Amino acid sequence: MADTTLPLSSGGTTEPLQFHVAEEPHPPNGTLLGFWLYLMSDCLVFACLFAAYGVLGREYAGGPTGAQVLELPTVALNTTLLLLSSITYGFAVLEMQRNHQRPMMLWLTVTGLLGAGFVALELTEFAHLIEAGNGPQRSAFLSSFFTLVGTHGLHVTCGILWLIVLMVQVSHKGLIPANKRRLMCLSMFWHFLDVIWVGVFSFVYLMGVLP
Amino acid sequence: MPTMSTPSELSTLIFGRLTLDQLPLHVPIVLGTFAAVAIGGIALLGAITYYRLWGYLWREWFTSIDHKKIGIMYIVLGLVMMLRGFADALMMRAQQAISFGHSLGYLPPEHYNQIFTAHGVIMIFFVAMPLITGIMNFVMPLQIGARDVAFPFLNNFSFWMTVSGAVLVMLSLFVGEFARTGWLAYPPLSDIVASPDAGVDYYIWALQIAGVGTLLSGINLLTTIIKMRAPGMTLMRMPIFTWTALCTNVLIVAAFPVLTAALALLALDRYVGTNFFTTILGGNAMMYVNLIWIWGHPEVYILILPCFGIYSEVTSTFCRKRLFGYASMVYATVVITVLSYLVWLHHFFTMGSGASVNSFFGITTMIISIPTGAKIFNWLFTMYRGRIKFEVPMLWTIGFMVTFVIGGMTGVLLAVPPADFSLHNSLFLIAHFHNVIIGGVVFGLFAGINYWFPKAFGFRLDPFWGKCSFWLWLVGFWVAFTPLYQLGLMGVTRRLSHFENPSLQVWFVIAAFGAFLILLGIVSMLIQFWVSFRRREALRDVTGDPWDGRTLEWSTSSPPPPYNFAFTPLIHGQEAWWEMKRHGYRRPVTGFVPLHMPKNTGAGIILAGLSLVFGFAMIWYMWPLAAISFVALLATAIGHTFNYQRDYNLPADEVARVEAARTALLDSHG
Amino acid sequence: MFNKPIRGLLAMAVVGPLAGCQAVLLSPSGDLALRQRDLIIISTLLMLIIIVPVIVLTLLFAWRYRASNQNAVYDPEWDHSTRLELLIWAAPLLIIIALGALTWVSTHKLDPFRPLDRLAAGRPVPADARPLVIDVVALDWKWLFIYPEQGIATVNEAAAPIDRPIRFHITASSVMNSFFIPAVAGQIYAMPGMETKLQAVVNQPGEFEGFSANFSGDGFNGMHFVFHGLSNEAFSQWVQQAKSGNQALGRDAYLKLAQPSENESVSRYATVASGLFDDIVTNCVQSNPYCMGRMQAITEAEQSVAADVCTAPLPQYRQTSRSANGADHVHPL
Repeated sequence: MADTTLPLSSGGTTEPLQFHVAEEPHPPNGTLLGFWLYLMSDCLVFACLFAAYGVLGREYAGGPTGAQVLELPTVALNTTLLLLSSITYGFAVLEMQRNHQRPMMLWLTVTGLLGAGFVALELTEFAHLIEAGNGPQRSAFLSSFFTLVGTHGLHVTCGILWLIVLMVQVSHKGLIPANKRRLMCLSMFWHFLDVIWVGVFSFVYLMGVLP
Repeated sequence: MPTMSTPSELSTLIFGRLTLDQLPLHVPIVLGTFAAVAIGGIALLGAITYYRLWGYLWREWFTSIDHKKIGIMYIVLGLVMMLRGFADALMMRAQQAISFGHSLGYLPPEHYNQIFTAHGVIMIFFVAMPLITGIMNFVMPLQIGARDVAFPFLNNFSFWMTVSGAVLVMLSLFVGEFARTGWLAYPPLSDIVASPDAGVDYYIWALQIAGVGTLLSGINLLTTIIKMRAPGMTLMRMPIFTWTALCTNVLIVAAFPVLTAALALLALDRYVGTNFFTTILGGNAMMYVNLIWIWGHPEVYILILPCFGIYSEVTSTFCRKRLFGYASMVYATVVITVLSYLVWLHHFFTMGSGASVNSFFGITTMIISIPTGAKIFNWLFTMYRGRIKFEVPMLWTIGFMVTFVIGGMTGVLLAVPPADFSLHNSLFLIAHFHNVIIGGVVFGLFAGINYWFPKAFGFRLDPFWGKCSFWLWLVGFWVAFTPLYQLGLMGVTRRLSHFENPSLQVWFVIAAFGAFLILLGIVSMLIQFWVSFRRREALRDVTGDPWDGRTLEWSTSSPPPPYNFAFTPLIHGQEAWWEMKRHGYRRPVTGFVPLHMPKNTGAGIILAGLSLVFGFAMIWYMWPLAAISFVALLATAIGHTFNYQRDYNLPADEVARVEAARTALLDSHG
Repeated sequence: MFNKPIRGLLAMAVVGPLAGCQAVLLSPSGDLALRQRDLIIISTLLMLIIIVPVIVLTLLFAWRYRASNQNAVYDPEWDHSTRLELLIWAAPLLIIIALGALTWVSTHKLDPFRPLDRLAAGRPVPADARPLVIDVVALDWKWLFIYPEQGIATVNEAAAPIDRPIRFHITASSVMNSFFIPAVAGQIYAMPGMETKLQAVVNQPGEFEGFSANFSGDGFNGMHFVFHGLSNEAFSQWVQQAKSGNQALGRDAYLKLAQPSENESVSRYATVASGLFDDIVTNCVQSNPYCMGRMQAITEAEQSVAADVCTAPLPQYRQTSRSANGADHVHPL
């Protein structure tokens, strides 16, 4: 590592080195990196739930199979809502970058409504399953199904709550840098949930209905 | 759920399954402990009130977002919990030393089983983790020339979440009981059928709440290291301790979510009745064992890596010599970080995974010993041609080197699957992991505490009592655990509270004597703190550089000012402060600029307090209280986000005043 | 004056750890355990090649380069040597290559699932040897041994003729345990709903201690049994003795036995219900919806059956196996 150390033997002949900076440097803000690290850790929680589903997804224990209880048309609608909400959030961010607060708020509202629709559909699906006696207690397959899908749904719910709080904050304080940073964090969160949903959709629903 | 009395519906609604029967009024040992803790606690609170310290503590410590103060609070938490964890260890050693044949000892199994579970949980989660996090918190920002961590509020919040977890574990001593399952709570033993009591729920909620703190602290410190290094400090110029902190926090961020998930699934099984780990309806308990060790093995390295960093700093400082093989040290650390994810199955070779799987994990485990060995050699060759001063931190380091290699050897031995089939779960295993955790982690933490104490408080620790503590620990460790190696070879398994074979007793008596020596070592350390505090004027560190150190933390005053450095340092090499000294660097005394500083906040302690209430309510099925505290938690968190005024500007005059005081002090001491 | 106690201490220090007569793992009585013992010793010696020099050098350097020794060379800038660094990575690497090879081979050879290839050193398994099958069930908190060939069962006592391969089939009734007879062979987990195997042989007659090596709850202390290594004749006698009793291990008797109890004494059963062990593994001893075999059948049958299976009886069933007062009766569903 010779290149990273100083030639200390050179004595005092060289120009004196500067050992501090006179002006206060501004270290880059770490919020986005920190939030991204959080998302990665959250991703690992989902990885564990996916793994649990992978291990238990065929343990029907005499209960229904995926093919019997999963309704692809509902899920197709669900998926459409969530993917659309990601796009509308993207539009909101574009408006935010142009400092157009009103259209941004409009797009955020649309995003929130689409998210709420997603959650509502999911809850209906759960309610139907539980009514038919196919709750999470029924079999290991249903336990892992409810937990994986439910955890995702819980995340979307938190996202909606966060979205509402942020909209209140933006309407109070305007598009100040702190709020823009928060909107970017929520944006990452929202798209992250989309990516997870793609996994859930393919791994749980599409592969689940295979015999 | 069988209960002794039938409480009314209203009291069930409010208090859940918590009844007066759950208070240990019939267990004299616990009652005595409770009395002692209560009297001690009241005395402490009384003293704080009498000396009017509440305001000071609240303003200067509890709500502080200063990484140094949070670090110190973490260390205080770790040391206090160590007393509890060690009391458990003494009780176990005493029980095993007397419980032979007709004598059943003084602890019935249901009590003994709680004690070994609590001992493991406390020592790992509430002693080793807080001490490690505390030292990283205190030292790392100073070493990289930062003013604070990336997210100061989060740091405070993380600390208080860890405290909440610790409080829950302590509560279980007096309200209900703790888990009786072993420290990793394997199902089916920990499921609702085999453990219907509140013990496992205490375990789950304590670890989940503390786990939030640990994860956020990991993200925080990681972001700090990546984003906030002083200009010029490239990755390959970071001090080794910072490197190990980086790797440890990567491990925390990448491992703790797995623990969270595993415990959440266990909680769902217990609360909702799902079938993840049950023996019926398709559940699979082996999955829990896999998940928990996918977290558990990296956890071992989360603990040991920063200690490797401490040893590196201590060795090079007290040998008065550059660290040998900086680059290979860095690579070794990174290799260990990656490999630590590929070895988890060696904790359960005996589950019958088949020869190929077992040998794969056995061999990856052995491979970890290569970078670890390289590290040992690096310290060895740092000593070579040095000028070694045997101050207390260096003694701990040498004690570590001779102790740890034995633990490493027995560890590799246990990684040979057929050998493990004989030694698994035996006292040999217990001796092995105490050998690496005491000989590696605990020795390292004590080296670190002795090394950085003057930086934190402005005076050194008394060396005489420090040396007493070291020798008592070292000798005590070997006296306590050599018999356990021997007992393991004699086929004695762990977690037994009674033995039939009288020929084993002598070994347990020797081990108990060793534990007594360690107790004297702990007492010596407490005396050391007290004596050093009394003699603080004689032990005063005026220069800020008591050991003739090499890294940046020694360039500022002891204790450092809130802003750490009046001017952000500019880095030219690996040993920043050493080079500054070599070049005759003069501390600037003029030209100060205003500094941007984070503001204190009480949000962290309030959120953590609400989490504690929520956890307690969930443990006892107090659903209304759980709902209320959860809503309050959410509301407080959202309310906190409406606070936009989180920083303030420290005026240049204030910086100049603090720096002038230091200049005067330095001048007065020549 | 001090010579004698010091010599005594020295003798203890050297002989103590090597006291083979006491340390069962170092002087076992079964070939599998013996080979595991050899592996422990060889691996330890291999590692000592590197451990001993490290310890010696640490102490030596600490002494030689102490600050007060001004005669020693002091070279504060020396921090790198490519040759030395290659060496410090290569030396452990070589040891680990050797150990890794040893591990790979021995793990496959000594795999507990694998049929034995020899009875002892130089004595291959005879071609006509039929292994003795022993079905092992870890109950709360005692061990049940079923001998399908002999048609008997025992609690907390087992026996096998020496020099005949034994095949243990191992499971558990409620929580995880580990089946371990240190003198005979290494341990393997006993898990509910699963079956593990252990192939071993005992070479010397004697009484050996067996126990659970994985904590399983409050009665764990008492979960040990005696394993007898017997000559062929003595084994036949032992079987006859069991057969001469009048206790029968039917399904009901098993369910009663499976209730939690601590420090059980030895008992023997003259007959065993057929297929009991398989039913224990698949959770089908009592007729209940959680029986794995039946669940499969349901899966293939109508949905409606499944629906009413899951609704009501679940909580009741979950309380049966380990409720605090173990004498509770079992709810048949």
